[in-house]
Amino acid sequence: MYDFTYQRASSVADATTKYKAASDARFLAGGMTLLAVLKQRLDQPSDVVDLADVKDLVGIAEEGGAIVIRAMTTHNTVATSDIVKKRIPALAELAGTIGDPMVRNRGTIGGSLANSDPAASYPSAVLALNATIHTDKRTIKADDFFQGMFTTALEAGELITKVSFPIPEQAGYEYFPNPASRYPIVGAFVAKGKDGVRVAITGAGPCAFRLPEYEKALAGGLDPKKLEGLKASAEGLNTDIHASAEYRAHLINVMARRAIGG
Amino acid sequence: MPAVKMTVNGKKVSGNVEGRTLLVQFLREHLGLTGTHVGCDTSQCGACTVHVNGRAMKSCTLLALHLEGADVLTIEGLAEGDKLHPMQEAFREHHALQCGFCTPGMVMSAIGIVNDHKDLDEKTIRHQLEGNICRCTGYHNIVEAIAAAHKTMRG
Repeated sequence: MYDFTYQRASSVADATTKYKAASDARFLAGGMTLLAVLKQRLDQPSDVVDLADVKDLVGIAEEGGAIVIRAMTTHNTVATSDIVKKRIPALAELAGTIGDPMVRNRGTIGGSLANSDPAASYPSAVLALNATIHTDKRTIKADDFFQGMFTTALEAGELITKVSFPIPEQAGYEYFPNPASRYPIVGAFVAKGKDGVRVAITGAGPCAFRLPEYEKALAGGLDPKKLEGLKASAEGLNTDIHASAEYRAHLINVMARRAIGG
Repeated sequence: MPAVKMTVNGKKVSGNVEGRTLLVQFLREHLGLTGTHVGCDTSQCGACTVHVNGRAMKSCTLLALHLEGADVLTIEGLAEGDKLHPMQEAFREHHALQCGFCTPGMVMSAIGIVNDHKDLDEKTIRHQLEGNICRCTGYHNIVEAIAAAHKTMRG
């Protein structure tokens, strides 16, 4: 890895000030992706601004019908949180499937969302639960956030502070893991809330996306039988040595059904 | 070069490191604690697992400067003199290693697993070992050792 100037931020304001003052900075959350990227010399920032000391970026609370998870909260904290397990058990389950125990002890929800890896687990939950992403500047709706492979609505230097998940009536997540990396080849998150039914898929395309046809089919209730025979188009889906676009399209239907007990 | 201070195995340590210096490099090259191994260097194999503030983490994917003020426990910090930690003793008793390269990371992860689980069945142990790769044993004796140590440690 190329060397860089390491800086620690004491607050959100301090982090963004340090970011702006540097010529080409990156924020460091848990580092579970950023450090791997730097080791491969795929990126060469002048400065790394570590958020580890920003205490008000950590924590989970229930606020006005939503579960609010602050950006630096680790996957393990979400997976083992009593309030998440009670209010959105599918979200706690999803967090418990990310990486391995050591990665879950370090990796954060904010880091995962800002990175928008095509195979990341959290984006499917953010989209299906119609979450709102709060940054130091504004709020961004889930539908506007994910824009492509490793591309989000975040501007340079904009920092995610928390994510607000409306508590659904019912929700489920299922994924087909890559046998080696355990990343989802396809993951499906299905939720029924006050905005209706939302079905979101991760792993299959350049970034997480919704399936309107599936949502319509489930509008009357989360009955897996309603999805039988529904096809998903393979057009634009990812193809790699692990799975073709056609196979991923097939898995979308299977995972969506399994997410709701089918 | 920036300075870093932390506690490793109960002892206060410090050093001057580059921004890019990894925790595992700091442990091995600055402190001479070579029990923590670098296997894959890509956060997959778990041979570099240590505990940071009581949680198991992969020291190949943490910056040393990240850990200013942290409490780090490595494989060298487990035994008390000649008396092995119950997990080390269980690995010995159940022949849970062959070449031994993955063993320090396995033991540190295994202690994390026991700390996190009041009840522990074989399936859970296997699932929780997802972040540690062993190319010799086939895992079976490692799983048995962890189950046995769980009984000793949880008494």
